[in-house]
Amino acid sequence: MTNIKGGGVDKKVLDEIALSEDEYQLIVDRLGRQPNRVELGMFGALWSEHCGYKHSRPLIHFLPSEGKRVLLPPGQENAGAVDIGDGLAIVFKIESHNHPSAVEPFQGAATGVGGIVRDILAMGARPIALLNSLRFGPLDDPANRHLFNGVIGGISWYGNCIGVPDVGGEVVFADCYTRNPLVNALCVGLIRKDQLVSASLGAPGNVLLLVGAETGRDGIHGASGLASRTFEEERELRPTVQVGNPFLGKVLIEACLEARDSGCLEGMQDLGAAGLTSAAVESAARAGAGLRLDVSRVHRRDSGMDPYEVMLSESQERMLLVTTPEKKAGLEVVFDRWEVPCVEIGSVNSTRYATVQDGDEAVASLPIEPLIDAPKYRLEGVRPREQERLARYPLGRVPLPDDNPTRVLLKLLGTANVGSKEAVYRQYDHQVQTNTVVTPGSDAAVLRIKGTKKGIALCTDGNGRYCYLDPYAGGAIAVAEACRNVTCSGAEPIALTDCLNFGNPEVPEIYYQLEWCIRGMAAACKALGVPVVSGNVSLYNETQGKPIYPTPVVGALGLLEDVTRHVTSSFREPGDKVFLLGRAEVRGRSAELSGSEYLETVHGIVAGKPVISLAMERRVQQVCRRAIVEGVVTSAHDCSDGGLAVALAESCIGTGVGFDGAFPVVGRWDAALFGESQSRIVVSVPPDRGDALVKMAGELGVPLVELGEVTSGGRFSIDGSVDIDVSDLAQAWRGALGAI
Amino acid sequence: MRFGIVVFPGTWSDGDCHHVIHSILGHTADYLWYRDRPDLTADYDCIVLPGGFSYGDYLRAGAIARFSPVMSSVADFAASGGAVIGICNGFQVLCEAGLLPGVLMRNNHIQYRCQWTNLRVERTDTAFTRACAPGQVLDVPISHGEGNYFADEGTLARLEDEGRVVLRYTTPTGEPAPDANPNGSAHNIAGISNRDGNVVGMMPHPERCCEEIMGGCDGRLIFESAVRWRMSQSG
Repeated sequence: MTNIKGGGVDKKVLDEIALSEDEYQLIVDRLGRQPNRVELGMFGALWSEHCGYKHSRPLIHFLPSEGKRVLLPPGQENAGAVDIGDGLAIVFKIESHNHPSAVEPFQGAATGVGGIVRDILAMGARPIALLNSLRFGPLDDPANRHLFNGVIGGISWYGNCIGVPDVGGEVVFADCYTRNPLVNALCVGLIRKDQLVSASLGAPGNVLLLVGAETGRDGIHGASGLASRTFEEERELRPTVQVGNPFLGKVLIEACLEARDSGCLEGMQDLGAAGLTSAAVESAARAGAGLRLDVSRVHRRDSGMDPYEVMLSESQERMLLVTTPEKKAGLEVVFDRWEVPCVEIGSVNSTRYATVQDGDEAVASLPIEPLIDAPKYRLEGVRPREQERLARYPLGRVPLPDDNPTRVLLKLLGTANVGSKEAVYRQYDHQVQTNTVVTPGSDAAVLRIKGTKKGIALCTDGNGRYCYLDPYAGGAIAVAEACRNVTCSGAEPIALTDCLNFGNPEVPEIYYQLEWCIRGMAAACKALGVPVVSGNVSLYNETQGKPIYPTPVVGALGLLEDVTRHVTSSFREPGDKVFLLGRAEVRGRSAELSGSEYLETVHGIVAGKPVISLAMERRVQQVCRRAIVEGVVTSAHDCSDGGLAVALAESCIGTGVGFDGAFPVVGRWDAALFGESQSRIVVSVPPDRGDALVKMAGELGVPLVELGEVTSGGRFSIDGSVDIDVSDLAQAWRGALGAI
Repeated sequence: MRFGIVVFPGTWSDGDCHHVIHSILGHTADYLWYRDRPDLTADYDCIVLPGGFSYGDYLRAGAIARFSPVMSSVADFAASGGAVIGICNGFQVLCEAGLLPGVLMRNNHIQYRCQWTNLRVERTDTAFTRACAPGQVLDVPISHGEGNYFADEGTLARLEDEGRVVLRYTTPTGEPAPDANPNGSAHNIAGISNRDGNVVGMMPHPERCCEEIMGGCDGRLIFESAVRWRMSQSG
């Protein structure tokens, strides 16, 4: 390649693309020469933590990824695909946009939505639902409020415009997310199994079409510079954040689905992190092929862009389509109909090289193999000392609060973490496409699948505080709770997607958290028989040297064979009996205070060691699902943040019914009512079905205890300890986020 | 009964309306492409302008869509007495096109709102409220950021005098209280009609509540009204 200009490198250039000098030397060794600037930029993007998974790939394989419904190996395509019967597949994936959202929350979050939607679209699937798992610092800090309002506004702006319902997720607040919010967006797509599209270049001779937005200078170094290291001077990074165009995003969805149906499409890949570079190189790798691109053909937003900028731009709303020379005209007709630009930019060959030209001039020529083979780092983790200290914290010496149980309940319901998130989700269109059977606010969203009897249940979960206290247990609990939440709607969990949000993995304590969270998640996946079919990793989440809580976010997909059989978390009828599945009595042990919302809110303490029995978890979920499917149980609600009393109160607030609790509280009342031990579900049953539930639980060896009765009076009472109107509970709960 | 559903780039309630009209109510429904300019009077009984974000609502909701070729066809159809309903973005397009008076401004709290609302039926002789009882309160969801109906005082007085306020946001018992107004609309207006009652615009989404599993069936009354109205025309 004599006509390639280049060679030489200095530290500043490497720093710009977040490559180390060792990595540079490795590139030189593998190429047998020095890369030029364009080539180095391509390596920098593909070898970034964001694209190359340098620290996480050796650990991710712990997660089970196989199952009878799994249609594609994870990582092979843009998202996981799961068989739901009736010839249909669900495609889904969660992805982070934490760093862009920290720099520019509105566009960062908006393009997070747009990006994950195009991952789903690239599989040929119609996007049918969005969920968002969000973490912020406390809202009394104006910087956090700015991030919160920006992120919610950006999600609302993009999601509402493209006509994909936003059906659920979480919003959680903790100090460690101050100025480093987590913005994890999950998209779900529906497709006929036989229509799945591969992100592969296919056979030599195929042509490459770039469709959608013009390429601009936005987002250059987004993958390498922004998402793959820590950052202090955030303002300087604003040009690395992309800007979304949801209108074009919507039109692109319709045009690409029409392209799929045209029969002229050989493959499809979205342009996400690292833009054209990763789209072209990764889809060439899938095909075992090579390609030749001409950047001079790329339609551009800015004049004077050089090949480096075109190859690394992360401009949004762009897709790479693969077709044959004969079928190309068929695709051009589709994109002309939708008035979306569609330009031929290259072709597929058998060289196994990525060759980039600018008109007649060759500007890069790189073998595909080393580009997609980023170095992997398997480090030795070190258990954080803090974790050991907090695990030994003498919870038994935590005094009972001065407030009575009723006051504590009101206080917890009024916290931002426990309280209603309606102020957030009413800003999202959660009904468009008319499939949303259970809207946000229950344990999981439920969507019907038109044309079948089926439904799917969706949720996200991940308690960073638990993972901070014990990464292994916390990781297991994240998986267990996500599965428990879809179970509480009556659905069987069939697949998971995960987003691993952690600090700097080069710090041994952080690496330890990453490794043991993944191991805990893997153990829970195996125990519950649910594979992880897609995922994403976001590292370097820290500011000013302080890492976030290790926060794996798990998205669960559940399947309901008969969608009309679903239940919600709300009590239905006065007179129904209320049971707690998973415990034989309500006994408060101080260990149950571990990592609880109560312990932090009332005592200002984050300590303890969360635990979970996965064998019990599995059986509790089995009983709950069976009882729902057989029509025994009419509501089910996971006991999680805030514990048993909060779960009972929330089950009343939805329908405005009351609860008369007649169970003895054994041991510490605060731990009994507000402790957060795992594998517990509050269910209600019609008065004549209590025996049926007891029998079912007995068959599977699941303990249960009768708690009381649903009442019509609107009063919430727990024998001798809590007594208050449900309307007062509701007021505290609804007002938790204040005016936003 | 044959319905035409207009599709602009950025429309997203087209499929939802098609599902209700075809799969739930059993009528024929065709999509009408924004770049075409067909003669609708010969083939269609009712035209639906569905919700969405035509052209992204980037300039102003409905402001660009009204220049689409298909809007000339819709105007001709309306002028010939055909039944036309604009839902959400469709209402905004009808106002921008001058087929209905007034405008839809940004919600007064400047946030998007997706929630259930109560609508009192103020008039039952329009093409889209015939199946309702006078004063009936419907449960229908809204989903919009720009649904704040505004017109000058003279226009509002004329709309009220002529009984052209078709639907009003109210409490569940039918009181047009300020708290029941989700977006700041003048006079709690959720929907209006033209003078002849054949053109109606409404911000709420009747297509989202036509099946029990979706939380209610009140939206059916809007579509069934069009059928009754058509029968009364031919009868």
